[in-house]
Amino acid sequence: MTEKSDLPQGTLDLLIMKVVALGPVHGYAIAQRLQQVSRDVVQVPQGSLYPALHRLENRGLLAADWKDTETGREAKFYRLTRHGRAQLEAETASWRRLAEAVGLILKMSEGGAQ
Amino acid sequence: MTWWRRLWFRSRLEEQLDKELRFHLDEHTADLIAKGHAPEEARRLARLALGGPEQVKEQCRDARGTRWLEDLWQDLVYALRSLRQRPGFAAVALATLALGIGGTTVMFTVTNGVLLKPLPYPEPDRLVTLEGHTDANGDQNVAYFDFLDCARNSRTLAPMAGWLFSGGILSEPGDAEFVDRREVSSGLFSVLKVPLFQGRDFLPAEDQPGGAPVAIVGHSLWQRHFAASQGAMSLVLDGKRYTVVGIAAAGFRLDGDEPDVFTPLGQNTAEFLRNRKPHPIAVLARLGPGATLVQARMELALIGRRLAAQYPDSNADRSFVVQTLAPDVGDVRSTLWLLLGAVSLVLLIACSNLASLMLARAVSRQRELAMRAALGAGRGRLVRQCLTESSVLGLAGGALGVALAALGVGPFVSFWPGNLPRAEDVRIDWRVLLFALAVSLASGILFGLAPALRAHVRDLERALRAGTRVVAGSSSRLHSGFVAAEIALAVVLLVAAGLLGRTLLRLSSLDPGVNVRDVLVTRAAISPATLSSPARMRAAWSDLLDRARRVPGVESVTMVDTVPMRRGYNTGGYWASADVPPENRQPVALITTVTPDYLKVMGIPLRRGRFFDDHDRMASEPVVVIDEVLAEHAFGNREPVGQRLWVPDMGGPAKVVGVVAHVRHWGLAKDDQSPLRAQAYYPFDQLQDRWVRRWSELMSIAIRTRVPPLGVVEPLRREVRGVTGDQVLYEVRTMEQLASGSLARQRFLLLLFGIFAGLALLLACIGVYGVLAYLTGQRVPEIGVRMAFGARRADVLWLVFRESLRMISLGVAAGAIAAVAAGRVLQRMVDGMQPAEPSTFVITIPLLVFAALAASFMPALRASRVDPVTALRQE
Repeated sequence: MTEKSDLPQGTLDLLIMKVVALGPVHGYAIAQRLQQVSRDVVQVPQGSLYPALHRLENRGLLAADWKDTETGREAKFYRLTRHGRAQLEAETASWRRLAEAVGLILKMSEGGAQ
Repeated sequence: MTWWRRLWFRSRLEEQLDKELRFHLDEHTADLIAKGHAPEEARRLARLALGGPEQVKEQCRDARGTRWLEDLWQDLVYALRSLRQRPGFAAVALATLALGIGGTTVMFTVTNGVLLKPLPYPEPDRLVTLEGHTDANGDQNVAYFDFLDCARNSRTLAPMAGWLFSGGILSEPGDAEFVDRREVSSGLFSVLKVPLFQGRDFLPAEDQPGGAPVAIVGHSLWQRHFAASQGAMSLVLDGKRYTVVGIAAAGFRLDGDEPDVFTPLGQNTAEFLRNRKPHPIAVLARLGPGATLVQARMELALIGRRLAAQYPDSNADRSFVVQTLAPDVGDVRSTLWLLLGAVSLVLLIACSNLASLMLARAVSRQRELAMRAALGAGRGRLVRQCLTESSVLGLAGGALGVALAALGVGPFVSFWPGNLPRAEDVRIDWRVLLFALAVSLASGILFGLAPALRAHVRDLERALRAGTRVVAGSSSRLHSGFVAAEIALAVVLLVAAGLLGRTLLRLSSLDPGVNVRDVLVTRAAISPATLSSPARMRAAWSDLLDRARRVPGVESVTMVDTVPMRRGYNTGGYWASADVPPENRQPVALITTVTPDYLKVMGIPLRRGRFFDDHDRMASEPVVVIDEVLAEHAFGNREPVGQRLWVPDMGGPAKVVGVVAHVRHWGLAKDDQSPLRAQAYYPFDQLQDRWVRRWSELMSIAIRTRVPPLGVVEPLRREVRGVTGDQVLYEVRTMEQLASGSLARQRFLLLLFGIFAGLALLLACIGVYGVLAYLTGQRVPEIGVRMAFGARRADVLWLVFRESLRMISLGVAAGAIAAVAAGRVLQRMVDGMQPAEPSTFVITIPLLVFAALAASFMPALRASRVDPVTALRQE
């Protein structure tokens, strides 16, 4: 069994936006995509997925339409708005900077131990 | 989507949310089946992965941002439903609140109208008064010439207007009547920015000696005496004919009064207006464009210094004070704040009563709340729901309260002792409604908060698990807390009422210094035709007294200018030797002008020497009679009779011929604390000629009767009218009315505090009863066990009484401390109050304790009758 991690605070929105950026997608598909892509490492609590989706929609970062799926059922498809795309870029960049900085710090302390 | 659309399409959003989650579950289940799970198992796993659907939905709703509005609506519907289910509770709660909020609203309506509302003139904050100030006399009105100099020289106060309080006999048109007159400078109406109803203001040329005789009449006089005529009008006032050039606006008020007639101030050539020593003129001004109050003060200070240098004799240390115009409401201010405070305490008691009722309900609803929590309602949501319920109650109670207040304000104002200043401004307006709304919401939150905070999720889970048994432990402490608070507040009101009662008793037993039985006092005006010479005025007064003596039932009659315990007084400095110090260092006495029968009429005891007689005339030696206070102050242990007293206002020295008892001129409540108590009397016959006219305008007569005094009023009026038919009496009172009027404020406060204390007592007892009934009801199983183990009835009774004693003693202890503080406030605000003494507490507190114990008797009795078998079976 692979080890699972909880998501750091605030990253769920970023991940959702990233998935939605690839094309209109419904909630269940987002949950699955997140799990697959992170190779089951990231534990996406499905219970908090929908509140997050609604929050993003409410803030105008996501928009939603009701469309048929390939199996013919009507589902709510989310897509990124222009505002959402800008936000995604900004947050991705800031996340990268943060991850890099954290990485550097971790490396330094390993060096110190040698 | 905008927030209102989200709200509008709420049900569609709910539908979509449901559909979205269902889709998720179906897809997940299908996937799990495809992976080889059994359909039932797959559905279970999918549900587990998503979490409780209701909780997820709640969180999604939260994310919408209009949550609070949706919830509010839902809570409102829910609150109304749950109130309708318990009509008894709702009725009690509404009645209590309606009374509490209604009372508070009435008091606030009056306070608002009298104290808070701006004056009914345009731009009232730019209006100022100008007063003269000396260290010896404090703030005073202004001398006419000083007023003219200020008006001429000031740049910051423009325009400026002055007015003089006076009266006169209107002999045409209609029956002769004493009318309220103001002599005003031209421009008064434009200072106030109140246009006349018709006609014009006085012209500057008319505001001069010898100007054309013109008058402006008050709106109500115009209707009364002129039948609202539109043609040319004239009137005869004090024997002089005036052309009416204007009619004041309806309801126009000057310093709180509605004058009948205005005449030009500048035409009055009386001596007291032609020198700078008397200060009779009230001055109003408007700050000029761009000028500030500070600039005006600086400028008037400068003018004051210039006048002081120019007229050192009269203006040496006189400065001018500029202040924003404020209504003169006297001690009504403190009365109103006291009553508003007292009625707020009653409201607080009502609130804590309701809080404990709501708490009892909340505890018995614990299972319902627990169920809602289990179904996904967050804690905040439950708190909000409880608060909505109490706010709905609060608002409904407030609406009823405002309705009650609308009915109650009128009677309350008419019930006010004496005249309530600005009574015409007392009505329910937007400020009052806003206040009532705030008070209702605040009370709703106040009594809903405790039960709401008790809706604690953890407790609730326990409640669910506890099954039928209700967890009541921690709530009993809160309950007792509310009851103790109620009792404490009731103690404050009771003790305050007790203190007022004692004060009133003590003050009523004081001797006013005059024999108030069977004495009539009335202002009188002699025929205006006689005003031309001092000799004719003196003859007219003498004739008027003779006429009054002829009326059947009259025993003796006297003239008197200032009547004890009535508004109005005269002061003058005095000194016991010829080296009289400057005016500001002379001691000051009340000076009364009388005729020889004064002592007999008023029943004032003569201590030494003699009172005036008919030999004290203009030509004879000036004489004065003093009271014990002045005698003690001026002569100490020396024999006062035969000494000389210098009273500069009366001319040279006068011989002291007698000493009389002190009269409580300021009324029973105020006199003992008044700084101005020394009294001197001098005979009207020795009044200097130059004062006779002014004195004649203010003179009263006092009459001792052999029959009930009000019975002689009509014959007296007829007799006094005189040959010319224009001598009138006005402001007719008995001395008994004046004496009891001097305590009216204390009596009124006592009455209202008594009512409030009674209400507080009743509410506190209801609170004690309700809480004990509830708590013992909760303890029935426990009592059953105790009795099964052999507890006797008395033990159970004691068990309940102990509970109630604990609450009562806690409340009494806290209340006693607060009452001491409240006593201090009363002492500062009510004349004649003495420090709170223990005896008042000893009398009032047992009353409350007995009432509270009586209220706990029923629940205790019921508890002692618990049948152990039934109780245990219930368990």
